[in-house]
Amino acid sequence: MDKNSSKYVLFFVTLMTITVALVLTGLRQGTLETTKQNEAIFNKRAVLSAVNNHLGLEEGKTVKDMTDEQVLEVFDTKVTQTVLDATGQVVEGVKAEAIDMEKENKKDVADRRLPLFQYENDGNQFYIMSVRGKGLWDAIWGNIALESDVNTIAGASFDHKGETPGLGAEIKDNPAFADNFIGTQIYQDGKFKSVKVRKGGAQNDQYEVDGISGATVTADGVDKMLREGIALYLPYLETIKGEAMESMLFEK
Amino acid sequence: MAEVKTAPEVKEPLFGKDERKLISDPLNDNNPITVQVLGICSALAVTALVYPSVVISIAVVFVCAFSSLFTSLLRNYIPKQVRMIVQLVIIAFLVTIVEMTLKWANYPVYKQLSVYIGLIITNCIVMGRLEAFAMANKPWRSFLDGVGNGIGYGAILIAVGFIRELFGKGTLFAGSPIEWKIIGPTNLEAGIEYTINTAATSGWQSWMFGWYENNNLMVLPAAAMFIIGIMIWIQRSYNTKLVDVS
Repeated sequence: MDKNSSKYVLFFVTLMTITVALVLTGLRQGTLETTKQNEAIFNKRAVLSAVNNHLGLEEGKTVKDMTDEQVLEVFDTKVTQTVLDATGQVVEGVKAEAIDMEKENKKDVADRRLPLFQYENDGNQFYIMSVRGKGLWDAIWGNIALESDVNTIAGASFDHKGETPGLGAEIKDNPAFADNFIGTQIYQDGKFKSVKVRKGGAQNDQYEVDGISGATVTADGVDKMLREGIALYLPYLETIKGEAMESMLFEK
Repeated sequence: MAEVKTAPEVKEPLFGKDERKLISDPLNDNNPITVQVLGICSALAVTALVYPSVVISIAVVFVCAFSSLFTSLLRNYIPKQVRMIVQLVIIAFLVTIVEMTLKWANYPVYKQLSVYIGLIITNCIVMGRLEAFAMANKPWRSFLDGVGNGIGYGAILIAVGFIRELFGKGTLFAGSPIEWKIIGPTNLEAGIEYTINTAATSGWQSWMFGWYENNNLMVLPAAAMFIIGIMIWIQRSYNTKLVDVS
């Protein structure tokens, strides 16, 4: 066949496309199961790292040091998964880990479903919420754990899609940033105020954390993400807060 | 663009003089970054830390070598009108394999590098070598040329990453299991300990490095440009045949 004829070009391109498509599809199918499992473990690890200090790990160890099996075991035995709608009602039949925050964030606020992970250890309850927002370049997201008083933050973990390494990426790479949130409170005088990420350093350790120098946009993104993300959970938080108060009174 | 080398018609040993030159040339005389000035964009983007640089380098060596091999094997069958598209499909095919392998073998690393892996497709080195070498040479030599250029690119990447991470963050290999915190303020409460503690209140660390602070410029892509510029300068000052006399 003449190598310059249109027929040959068409033949070559078609053959090449089919070959490449077949090989890639085969590979994808072959690796799909392990990949999905890897992804699930990765996400569960991210959720658990918000309660890093309450996992009963040895001093200096983090979620990263846990094996995949340990992560799955903790999740199976100690975590209750609930999905909430915008009014704070529990949506039946869905697991929190099945919620895709990226898709939910594109919906109207009223239609969103919110994943909530309840982690219990030694009688202590923790409520882990997922939030998602925008950094400088792309999406940022995180998991925030509240203590059983539904006010104090027990821990937080953040991740990002494409923030600058060494600057914005510090929200994930530098554990000190997330650790700053521990002990801060989202309610101020009974009103929801979220936790402020302040450029130039926190002025009030109870309600503010230090920003990251050189990464103002990312830090502001975290600030906004927390304020708007946690606000979505408020209807539900209010109900459990009421219950918590009742049970405290009851005990007395 | 580098000159097109044509293979002589004599028998070709596996690792003869010419073959060794194909590997060693891109490391110095014909380095893809400092001499051919290809692949600069990714060299600026991924080199803030050493670890991603290393992973990207390995991926580029793989993609470069095998895309050269496949292109060279097909070089007599590829229609001239669509050759660039064909090369691009081969590159994209290999990059997708790299991406799937990473997802399968080490998901956290894939998450860390996801954006950059895709960027290999647009890396000019890969396509540049296919056009300049693999389309006109036999498979084995093209493969070696791909390996050589991949390594030449990776070497510069890792060197730049080393300087940027050390002076920008005070660490090396951050994000990997062998992370080494070299210089910075130790904070024992947060479990952060540096080999050279700039926050020490007494001892040699205090009076020698108490003033030290990380250079935030180093984590910005602009720093990579300065560093590569200085590398080109140094290389040309001892390797004078690279200097254009015009």
